[in-house]
Amino acid sequence: MLKIVIDGKEAEVEEGLSVLELAEKIGVKIPTLCYHPAVGAYGACRVCIVEVIEKGLSKLTTSCTCPVESGIEVKTNSEKVKKTRKLIVEMLLARCPDAKIIQDLAKQLGVEKTRAPQKNENCILCGLCVRICREIIAVDAVGFANRGNKRKVTTPFEIQSDVCLGCGACAFVCPTGAIKIEDVEDKRKIDMWHTELGKVKCERCGRYFSPVPLLEQIKKKGLREMSDFLGLCPDCRRLVLANKLMGREE
Amino acid sequence: MSKKIASLRELDELRKRGLKSLYPDKPRIMVGMATCGLATGGKKVFEILSKGIEKNGMDAKLVPTGCLGYCQKEPLVDLLRPGWPRIIYQQMDPEKAEKLLDNINQGNIWRENVLAKMEEDEFLIFDEKRKYPSGSKANLNNIPSYQQLPFYKKQLRIATRNCGFINPTNLAEYVARGGYYSLFKVLTQYEPEQVIEEVMNSGLRGRGGAGFPTGRKWIYSRQAKGDTKYVICNADEGDPGAYMDRSILEGDPHSILEGMIIGAYAIGAREGYIYVRAEYPLAIERLKEAIHQAQDYGFLGNDILGGRLSFSINISRGAGAFVCGEETALIASIEGRQGEPRPRPPFPAQSGLWGKPSNINNVETWANIPVIIARGADWFSQIGTQRSKGTKVFSVVGKINNTGLVEVPMGITLREIIYDIGGGIPGGKKFKAVQTGGPSGGCVPSWLLNLPVDYEQLTKVGSIMGSGGMIVIDEDTCVVDLARYFLSFLQDESCGKCTSCREGIVWMLEILTRITHGKGEEGDIELLEQIAEVVKNASLCGLGKTAPNSVLTTSLYFKDEYEAHIKDKQCPARVCRDLITYIINEEKCTGCMRCVKECVQEAIVGERRKPHRIIQEKCIKCGICYETCKFDAIKLE
Repeated sequence: MLKIVIDGKEAEVEEGLSVLELAEKIGVKIPTLCYHPAVGAYGACRVCIVEVIEKGLSKLTTSCTCPVESGIEVKTNSEKVKKTRKLIVEMLLARCPDAKIIQDLAKQLGVEKTRAPQKNENCILCGLCVRICREIIAVDAVGFANRGNKRKVTTPFEIQSDVCLGCGACAFVCPTGAIKIEDVEDKRKIDMWHTELGKVKCERCGRYFSPVPLLEQIKKKGLREMSDFLGLCPDCRRLVLANKLMGREE
Repeated sequence: MSKKIASLRELDELRKRGLKSLYPDKPRIMVGMATCGLATGGKKVFEILSKGIEKNGMDAKLVPTGCLGYCQKEPLVDLLRPGWPRIIYQQMDPEKAEKLLDNINQGNIWRENVLAKMEEDEFLIFDEKRKYPSGSKANLNNIPSYQQLPFYKKQLRIATRNCGFINPTNLAEYVARGGYYSLFKVLTQYEPEQVIEEVMNSGLRGRGGAGFPTGRKWIYSRQAKGDTKYVICNADEGDPGAYMDRSILEGDPHSILEGMIIGAYAIGAREGYIYVRAEYPLAIERLKEAIHQAQDYGFLGNDILGGRLSFSINISRGAGAFVCGEETALIASIEGRQGEPRPRPPFPAQSGLWGKPSNINNVETWANIPVIIARGADWFSQIGTQRSKGTKVFSVVGKINNTGLVEVPMGITLREIIYDIGGGIPGGKKFKAVQTGGPSGGCVPSWLLNLPVDYEQLTKVGSIMGSGGMIVIDEDTCVVDLARYFLSFLQDESCGKCTSCREGIVWMLEILTRITHGKGEEGDIELLEQIAEVVKNASLCGLGKTAPNSVLTTSLYFKDEYEAHIKDKQCPARVCRDLITYIINEEKCTGCMRCVKECVQEAIVGERRKPHRIIQEKCIKCGICYETCKFDAIKLE
């Protein structure tokens, strides 16, 4: 167990946690935009910045990427932290003025308006979509392109990705709602990824449900006990399964 | 027959061959053919010399060499004739090359374009000087001595010891000047720990910019667990105006290889990488050749010096991202991923390339290693200051008389570099400041000219050592515009990962651009300083942490210049176009019509022999009239 001081209180924690995870565990709230427990920490948004004092030296660092080490002192809300965090949120507010999560965070931190040049983007480049696609879905359909001010998330060559399953995990984790998924009849469209995928027709009710590649991927994974249900939409699946369990004829 | 060197005797044999090549019993003509030489026409000169030698059936040896550092005087041609000191010719061209050949043929000393005579040659590795014959038949007294030239007098060339002396494609010439002797010494006399101790005691610190003690880095990699370890050479030199790494790679590639092989032995690596930017095609070619030769002679491969070590080196080409000089981004790039820094720990010494312990050093750092081994830590640590040992290569560029690469002991003052070596500012202009450490360095003002240059002192004044770029500016440079330029560079070169770096640089750039356009507002300086602090403190890697340096230093040292832009809407250096006006002095104007004709905007009106007038609404402030006027009648206000 490691002993550390966080916001003046002593805490004892097991090894291997980040400062952010530790704070969450003991109920200290640190704001963050690019952290998600499902994927590895990345340290891009810089909002979760905290002051870490080690051997008398103080430095600012992102709590999501800072491992808890014995003897460190963490200040999650010192004047320096507050000042820095406020300005970072001010920058993000200029980048994505319409994003609800940024507006709320700004309000919470007392940032009333932004003085930085406005950009009117939706994406804060947190990289959650990139990480979820790589680490959890394991297809790597999207990534970062360009550098600096021109950086963006996109598909390779900015055309429809060969490997995108249309699973929608990226949209699910996106904190600003920049990734929009549009389901129209037999198609799933993700404009952000220049992608349009055909959907599978339910064998029973004829409704279109899963994107074709997603279902193919699930079939490939060989969930044999599911094989009877794979051609069915979620509603029919539930119904057919229930009937089966109840021993009812359809 | 195998060329592989396995014993000291064989190495000595190779050295003898190299010495014969360096000092042949016929004229040896050397042409500086590093990129700086080529850019000024060195290749043409080389071709003319080559044709001339063939045509005249001359018995002479023509070789390309690297850069002697005096880039202002390129193309340089050196002539070494038996019985004579070495004579260095400057600013050569095809015509002069032919003249030189004629004189050689006639046995004369050609005295035009002479830069200096070199009376002795120094083999740093052996601590040995080799006197050239004095050439007593002819009077050479009026030719200045190379060692006494102001440009060279205060230099001590350790990392660049062979540049401009050897043919970089000739391994024997490298050996002749002591090359691979340090490797032999290490493999036959030292335990890996002793090598690290030597480097540690030498006090050598990373020459790539951060100045981390090299020996300590090596210890971490040595102690890291794992059988597979890597050594990496960081040759992703990207600072505008800095080119010392390129010069060493082009002029003395084997010194890097030898340094890396010694490093590999010390930390226990079997494989190495040189990460070199693709914009350095000649450096890549030289490295490839050098690696092949080193393999042929058994300095690289499975049985180095008779089976004492196995080590191979691969070249990995960077695709032009400045941020890939940052070590974690560099590793990502070698692995084929996007060049983007990641948080440390884990440090590369624990988990680097492909998750294996990796030791990364910069080109110049590696080039120092063989000399430290040969001459010992005690010798090396006598050079420099308390905490910054040895020498540093600086590329001195900008508004300075002697543009070039200079290698000087740490602790030398800025004044000595800029005035004694650099020869001061051209055109009688006033020195204003020097930007050290590239775009992420700081602007050191004229009143700090007596600052001794080392890692600590530069940090103290808000700048950094960086890779050693020094951009000199004079009174005609606007510091606000300068900071704006560096930020526009960094805006493109930041990887864009951190909000603070990506958005912060854009924000600061917007403010600076506004100020230079005369739209600065009260409070801009304070806001700039606020943003700069956040970018500095909250960004992940060295690029972001140093990005605001130029803003912070210029606004600190030249606050009045910022205020002149913001409050008085004036640019004291007369650079920012929106803040200057061209006016015709009616008393001086002779009515010659020249400016009227030259003005592309047709903004100047007037008749012959009557004073002209500029229509301000039409003027785009291009400055053509100012340059055209022979009577000094156009003023800038």
